[in-house]
Amino acid sequence: MNLSLLIIIPLLTAVSILFSRGLKQVRNISLAGAVVQLGLAFFLLFQYMQQHTASSPEMMFQYSYSWFKPLNINYHVGVDGISIAMILLTAFIVIAGILVSWTTEKLSKEFFFLLMLLSVGAYGFFISLDLFTLFFFLEIAVIPKFLLIGIWGSGKKEYSAMKLALMLMGGSALVFVGLAGIYFNTHTFNILQIAQMPVPLTVQKLFFPFAFIGFGVFTALFPFHTWVPDGHSSAPTAASMFLAGISMKLGGYGCLRVATYLMPDAAQAYSWVIILFATIAIIYGAFATLMQTDLKYINAYSSISHCGFVLLGIGMLTKTSINGAVLQMVSHGLMTALFFAAIGMIYSRTHTRLVAELGGLLKVTPFISTVFVIAGLCSLGLPGLSGFVAEITVFMGSWQNPDKWYRLATVLACASIVVTAVYILRATGRTIMGPMNSAYETLTDAKWNEKLAAGILIIGIVIIGVAPFLINQLIGPGTDVIINKVLGVVK
Amino acid sequence: MWTDFLILMKQEMMLIVIIFILLFLKLGKDRSNGSYMNIVNILLLTNLFAGFLWPTEGVLFNEMFRTNKLMILEKNILNLGILIISLQSTSWLETHKHVPEFYILLLSTMVGMFFMISAGNLLMFYLGLELSTIPLAAAANFDLAKRRSSEAAMKLIFSSALSSSLLLFGISIIYGTTGTLTFSQIPQYLNNNPLQIFAFILLLAGFAFKISVAPFHLWTADVYEGAPVAVTSFLSVISKGAVLFVFVSVLYTVFKPLAQAWYNMLFLLSLLTIIVGNLFAIRQDNFKRFLAFSSIAQVGFILVGISGSSQAGAASVVYFVLIYVFSNLAAFGVVSLVSSATGKESISDYKAFYRTNPVLSWILTIALFSLAGVPPTAGFFGKFFLLFAGSGKGNFLFISIAALNMIISFYYYLRIVKAIFMDENLKPIEKISIPLMPKLALYACITGVIAVGFISYIYDYIHLLSTGI
Repeated sequence: MNLSLLIIIPLLTAVSILFSRGLKQVRNISLAGAVVQLGLAFFLLFQYMQQHTASSPEMMFQYSYSWFKPLNINYHVGVDGISIAMILLTAFIVIAGILVSWTTEKLSKEFFFLLMLLSVGAYGFFISLDLFTLFFFLEIAVIPKFLLIGIWGSGKKEYSAMKLALMLMGGSALVFVGLAGIYFNTHTFNILQIAQMPVPLTVQKLFFPFAFIGFGVFTALFPFHTWVPDGHSSAPTAASMFLAGISMKLGGYGCLRVATYLMPDAAQAYSWVIILFATIAIIYGAFATLMQTDLKYINAYSSISHCGFVLLGIGMLTKTSINGAVLQMVSHGLMTALFFAAIGMIYSRTHTRLVAELGGLLKVTPFISTVFVIAGLCSLGLPGLSGFVAEITVFMGSWQNPDKWYRLATVLACASIVVTAVYILRATGRTIMGPMNSAYETLTDAKWNEKLAAGILIIGIVIIGVAPFLINQLIGPGTDVIINKVLGVVK
Repeated sequence: MWTDFLILMKQEMMLIVIIFILLFLKLGKDRSNGSYMNIVNILLLTNLFAGFLWPTEGVLFNEMFRTNKLMILEKNILNLGILIISLQSTSWLETHKHVPEFYILLLSTMVGMFFMISAGNLLMFYLGLELSTIPLAAAANFDLAKRRSSEAAMKLIFSSALSSSLLLFGISIIYGTTGTLTFSQIPQYLNNNPLQIFAFILLLAGFAFKISVAPFHLWTADVYEGAPVAVTSFLSVISKGAVLFVFVSVLYTVFKPLAQAWYNMLFLLSLLTIIVGNLFAIRQDNFKRFLAFSSIAQVGFILVGISGSSQAGAASVVYFVLIYVFSNLAAFGVVSLVSSATGKESISDYKAFYRTNPVLSWILTIALFSLAGVPPTAGFFGKFFLLFAGSGKGNFLFISIAALNMIISFYYYLRIVKAIFMDENLKPIEKISIPLMPKLALYACITGVIAVGFISYIYDYIHLLSTGI
């Protein structure tokens, strides 16, 4: 399959949105674009599954075009299982996000245009095999977020938008230094070629922190997580979904594919630092969530905790833990998107997100409440849903690392699940159950677009939860390559 | 053959011909401003296309004048810039009494710049520099009714005089220590002795004045604010671009033996410039002052690229200036339209600009993103290559500080975007109708901002031409 389609289709959609007239056309074009994207993602999946054998190359469907020849910059794309999982995740969230924001009337053209632009960045990032293109797409994804939050957001939106944009830009500035450092020691931006070269340990040790922290900012690495709560809570629903579901995954993917894969020795050397901060993020995120009263803040802080699992999985450097990290990225993407969608649905009806003011919603809005409960249960790791699969994989993988301090970190991370259960059950109980505020008696339940959006995400969550082997098969070969490189195992 | 010079100096000749045509038109019957501007724009367009014909290399007048493909390209970039500025300033010039004089002044400046770019001798260089400065001061005074405009002109002429004197002092010491003024011969006699370093510092200071590198930037904001928008954009794009082109070639060829010395100086100056430009830009409310400080920061980034002292360094500077022409002129174009229609020049007036002027808002936003270096605009590629060329030296502390400074610059560009899109305003700037000429110019700029990055051929070509340097 021609991978460039994954960039061209959203781009075409975005451009045609610009030339469309009226809310109806805008919606239809965006939905059509999102459906085509989802179709493409599945087509890619099937082609990969068909053609992938044990002897096939690390990256499939490669295409390379010399872009800036004098600097050895190529437009080079290709996918392995991990990228396909991420592309699928993106496609799911794009379509759900568009459905959820179906009724957006304020500057709708610009809104959907920016959503599409954001997805261009995400797809491009996940298929890039050239560090320059990767960086290019990483930065493309920043500006739409700024505008989405600043224009359509709520609360202290300008502040949040600015904070998010500046912190993410700071992240990419660090990434830039890391990339330049790699380039001037290998003279190529090609990820596959760099992976074959022996990069000296001193170089790795110098530039790994730049790349890892840079990408880490995107994925709420402690202590650079502060943009997460503000950004998520101020953003409009679809933007929150994109932010948590796609954008934070850019960081996780970058940490794995660029930092860990290209600088494996440094990854081992700094593994304890990563573990330390990931554990802090997990525990701090969980306890901070306990204190929140706003549903969006609850989900945002719990995202910090959950993304901590991704970094923990990467830092533990065992085959299973890295698998778990990727699983957790996919699972967390779907789950938070669902959570934010549910919160958005509640908020658009009750005009409040404060737990204390809500109550008894199950009686009037059974569908939305059920979605909310499913998202919550997935978040606390109920077996049968994706959250359980991902977290248990991370924990098992982490336990395989025999070092006693690493084991301690694992134990602490496991313990955070209890805290998660507390805040999820409490929030769910107070919002869904309990006495109902009489003002809410006339609320209407979800409309078709909201049902469809939630349904799509729930299908994803359940499939991963019930049949994790499917996705394990998909990402297995990719994570094998990375971990073998880290542990120095020759194929 | 004696006619060689006609081909080699064709771009200079073209400009001089245009100047004379304007002079004769002025002496002839009275014309409306509109017809003058149409004639000028057509002439400038022809000039731009003619510039690309017969690119030849050669040396004239005992190495006083030399030209090669890179120089021709640089001059073409400047030609493009003056065309865009001319198109943009139609709404301002429409009611002005002295249209042909304005163009004559600007074009004489351009002639000076062209000679400066092509100079093969320090004296020739100095001559070109002076020719490019003095008419510009007169042009800065062209808002005849405004006192601030005269003030700007005075400041420009004084600061230029100071920088020229520094340059002359430097040149004389170079002559004293090397015994020659010819570019090709100077390097043989440079041996890092302290007097030569001192002379180089004087020369550097002279250059630094022209491209407003901190701490020689103090005149910039005042002059930019007072001068008419057309002159401000000329100053910030064309005049700076020309000096930067010369600066690169002089550093990379003439002062190559002093490379270590100037690397250290550039290291300090560029960081200082970026930081000063950034910090002051945050506080500005006047749009022109804001663009002045942001252009100071941009020059700081350009110095980072220059400090890489490689082929990529030279190429990235020329490439960045090309992009800078498009993005800065797009921003100035919007500012100029707004300022001539409403007289409003402060950033807080732009609050809720999007509600009344969506097209202009997007143009301004894209231009600002390009200045900030955000993809997919060309500014991203420009900045990336500059920093990238700078990191070729392996000084990653330097690059990290520069890269992190991009966050600050990002902040103040986003501040304007925020004002345009997000802030509330009871009395936003009313709907502005865009006349044809500025519209063409703005669309050309935006096309450039979006396309130049993706069309890698442009960078490849510039890189190829920079081999000599």
